[in-house]
Amino acid sequence: MRPTPMAEPIALAVRDLAVRFEMEQGNVHALEGVSFDLRAGRTLGIVGESGCGKSVTARSILRIIDRPGRITGGRILLDPGTPQEVDLAALDPESARMRAVRGGRVGLIFQEPMTALSVHYTVGNQIIEAVRQHSDISKAEARNRAIELLREVGIPRPETRIDAYPFELSGGLRQRVGIAMALAGDPDILIADEPTTALDVTTQAQILALLRRLQAEKRIALMLITHDMGVIAEMTDEVAVMYLGRVVEYAPVAALFAAPRHPYTRALLRAVPSVLAAPRQRLATIGGAVPHPGARPAGCAFHPRCAEVIPGRCTAEMPPAIPPGIAGASCFLDVPA
Amino acid sequence: MSAAAADIGATAGQDRFAQATQLQLTWWRFRRHRLALISLFIVALFYAVAVFADFLAISDPHATDARRSFIPPQAIHLFDDGAFRPHVYGLRGVRDPQTFKLVYTPDPNRKLPVTLFARGYDYALFGLFETNIHLLGIEGGSRGDGIFLLGTDQLGRDLYSRMVVATRVSLSIGLAGVTLSLLLGVLLGGISGLYGGWVDTVIQRVIEILRSIPTIPLWMGLAAALPNTWSVTQVYLAITVIISLIGWTDLARVVRGRFLSLREEDFVVAAELAGASQGRIIFRHMLPSFASHIIAAVSLALPAMIVSETALSFLGLGLRPPAVSWGILLQDAQNIQVLAGAPWLLSAAVPVTVVILAFNFLGDGLRDAADPYG
Amino acid sequence: MNVLEVSELRKHYPIRAGLLRREVGRVRAVDGVSFHIAAGETLALVGESGCGKTTVSRCILRALRATSGEIRFAPEDGRVVELVGLPKRQLRPLRRHMQMIFQDPYSSLNPRMMVGDIIAEPLKVNGVPAAERQARVLELLDLVQMPASARSRFPHAFSGGQRQRIGIARALALQPRLVVADEPVSALDVSVQAQIINLLLDLQDRLRLSMLFVAHDLGVVRHVSDRVAVMYVGRIVEVAPTATLYRTPRHPYTEALLAAVPAPDPARRGRQLAVLGEVADPANPPPGCAFHPRCPYAVERCRIERPELTEVTPGRWTSCHRARELELAGVG
Repeated sequence: MRPTPMAEPIALAVRDLAVRFEMEQGNVHALEGVSFDLRAGRTLGIVGESGCGKSVTARSILRIIDRPGRITGGRILLDPGTPQEVDLAALDPESARMRAVRGGRVGLIFQEPMTALSVHYTVGNQIIEAVRQHSDISKAEARNRAIELLREVGIPRPETRIDAYPFELSGGLRQRVGIAMALAGDPDILIADEPTTALDVTTQAQILALLRRLQAEKRIALMLITHDMGVIAEMTDEVAVMYLGRVVEYAPVAALFAAPRHPYTRALLRAVPSVLAAPRQRLATIGGAVPHPGARPAGCAFHPRCAEVIPGRCTAEMPPAIPPGIAGASCFLDVPA
Repeated sequence: MSAAAADIGATAGQDRFAQATQLQLTWWRFRRHRLALISLFIVALFYAVAVFADFLAISDPHATDARRSFIPPQAIHLFDDGAFRPHVYGLRGVRDPQTFKLVYTPDPNRKLPVTLFARGYDYALFGLFETNIHLLGIEGGSRGDGIFLLGTDQLGRDLYSRMVVATRVSLSIGLAGVTLSLLLGVLLGGISGLYGGWVDTVIQRVIEILRSIPTIPLWMGLAAALPNTWSVTQVYLAITVIISLIGWTDLARVVRGRFLSLREEDFVVAAELAGASQGRIIFRHMLPSFASHIIAAVSLALPAMIVSETALSFLGLGLRPPAVSWGILLQDAQNIQVLAGAPWLLSAAVPVTVVILAFNFLGDGLRDAADPYG
Repeated sequence: MNVLEVSELRKHYPIRAGLLRREVGRVRAVDGVSFHIAAGETLALVGESGCGKTTVSRCILRALRATSGEIRFAPEDGRVVELVGLPKRQLRPLRRHMQMIFQDPYSSLNPRMMVGDIIAEPLKVNGVPAAERQARVLELLDLVQMPASARSRFPHAFSGGQRQRIGIARALALQPRLVVADEPVSALDVSVQAQIINLLLDLQDRLRLSMLFVAHDLGVVRHVSDRVAVMYVGRIVEVAPTATLYRTPRHPYTEALLAAVPAPDPARRGRQLAVLGEVADPANPPPGCAFHPRCPYAVERCRIERPELTEVTPGRWTSCHRARELELAGVG
């Protein structure tokens, strides 16, 4: 069995992260008071619907938020509690230090690998460049390392594929190359932003298996962003459920599925179509649609869609955020264990 | 951004946004483009000048007077002895002691009062109403007196008045050229995009060939072929055709590209599956979807047309005197010796530069605003 | 009584090369597909990207012209029309009987038209008088649970789920016999997706629609379909009633697909299995059974002889040489 979570050192701690997009239509609070830990060798799942802020979270850690967004509060601590502790939120996004972290300590896997790959260069060129950016080795050595990386991510005949252009590869192989790129700097933290959403189900299974294997081999702290509850159940150790820029529930994966504590989590789990359903079985639904982050409802942001809303309270007051590292729900109905 | 904007409307229930047409959305977006908005104003101003050219002109742009040649720009003095009495100085002929040439210089002792809505030369407003009222004029004064805001040329014609009238010619020739290009471009581009196959191939190759011909020699050849006996109007029309000969290719490409991408668009397929006729699909679904793109393309094509006409006329291949256009005005500034003595002749370059910059910014703004959904 | 019968449908795209554009090969996007849809039934067409499921649906709607095969469609009881060879002129009056629900709720609605006009368009082009159109639009908006005020708004004012409802209203405007839904919920958030699935189920019960439901999400398919046809590289490998197919698949590819779906249940963790390799190239499919290079059960025969789709038990068809002997694992 896996060791208890507390035994693993925290690789990255996010505390009270707030991100704001200042736009003509008004300020959009993309993230508010987001806290969680990434631990070596463990997988944190971040799940939520569009606009919940899961991708913004990933991009803030790497300091690559698109303008006009910026971090307005909170800390992103690399190696917290150690002498090497760095607050990424305080670094200049273009500084040498941040560039060393990006793609070095922290690797990123994109939903569509083509966003990370240029069509004008061969796969090998791009991985070699990434390798050499983070280590001081000769071109020949880097090429060998690139071939090794491609083999590691399960690309058959890496010696020949290294000279292929990205468009010559299938979606699954491209995503493998994307993972190889993310591994080029030998990271100990990997952020995977919907890594399998664009893939077919059999390819998805292959990529998930690959991620699982790599994580076990390299004791990587993995942050897996997805909207798919199946992927969450299959892959993660702990889960943060996000809604409109806040973490509304944080729990170990088994507990989350067995006894979800936030009404949103409960509703979301019931709304997932299942391969085990009875013929023509209706799904439980959540009324309405996710509001735009710019039009966030007062009080608990979920209250207009919540079946268990407490009139007068949820509509006016924001439930307290979940303290980091503790399972719980940001809901007035939640009784801390 | 489009999805986000949609959701703001949906949740906040902003009826204004929800019921906004495509045109309104474009306008709202365009308004945010400060430079384009200013440019729009400038372009509008230029066209207003073009429409009211004769009204704004002070003296007859074709009237020559040897005594008035090369008079430097002349300011309007607003105050006379502390009282508000706008006036200009009259001219006095002085014999140059060295060359014995008669030189006319302003005479501060002869004050000619400036009035609004003065009577001047006869013209037809909008080509319809015979009148002789002009915005500015002088009272009294003898032959040869006048207001020369930008000075005069060798033949003693008022440069300001000529420039105002040239604005009309230059801008309208651009407009006419673009209209012709647009007709050709939409028609041929549309056929190319809609029917595809060998028709498309032929049209595309023709476009490529036309574009591969260096434009200046082509224009020179064509313009040189215009018979000398043609009237000003005939030359004007011929020049329009010549400059739009190349211009339409760009528009045809835009139109073809839009048709090709729209044909695959789900809502077009939906209309087809609903049983809509080909005509309805083109006119109800496809054309409105890229009308804004065409407007943007046109506003970018216009300055090219204006420059083409100016260049041709400057080289003496385009319009010919007595027609007045910016290019023809600049023709006078070709001679360095003339220019050294009368640098104000170069002022015709200013409206050319300003209007072309304005059109470019306007086109950029329109292009950005054209697709509120993209 | 079948609303649709497709037999031996083929759609090949020539690969041309050289100066003379000679045909050097063919992409067999759809290569001999046969199935039927009974009145009031939903048939799901599932498979991975590039398997040809979307091509099949477009051929049925004649948005694409099939290379060969037959599509027999019954626009009303007692009348059957063959669509593949039908001239365009005769096709137009038939359009109203089969409509489509699109995948992308953004590109499927003309942003320059008001919602009321979008829904009324099929009515208008089919000659329904204006007064009647008004009433029908209100009725349709009500049917898809949208407020009547939506009529005078533009699509940009609505969320993805609401736009999809508008698209459904447009598809139902002419009371079609057959609705082709091409991944109608795959672009939507989970909570909204559930709403649309329920809406489709309700509408089908109320209107007795026949539906071809093209999808890749096996969870969604299980909720909405009566029968499922699984496609792989241009061919149907298995057809069966939904519950039967999920519980006891008879084709190794079906088994692999089902095993690859991650179940939303941590207790079943690790049961997810990955088939090896990549989907075959439809321009150059492997000889014999197209799935054999990835099939753990493949034998010599699979490499040589292409299996035909045969009825193994009543109502279920499989194209696998070993369909009768293999014991394959399903779900639920």
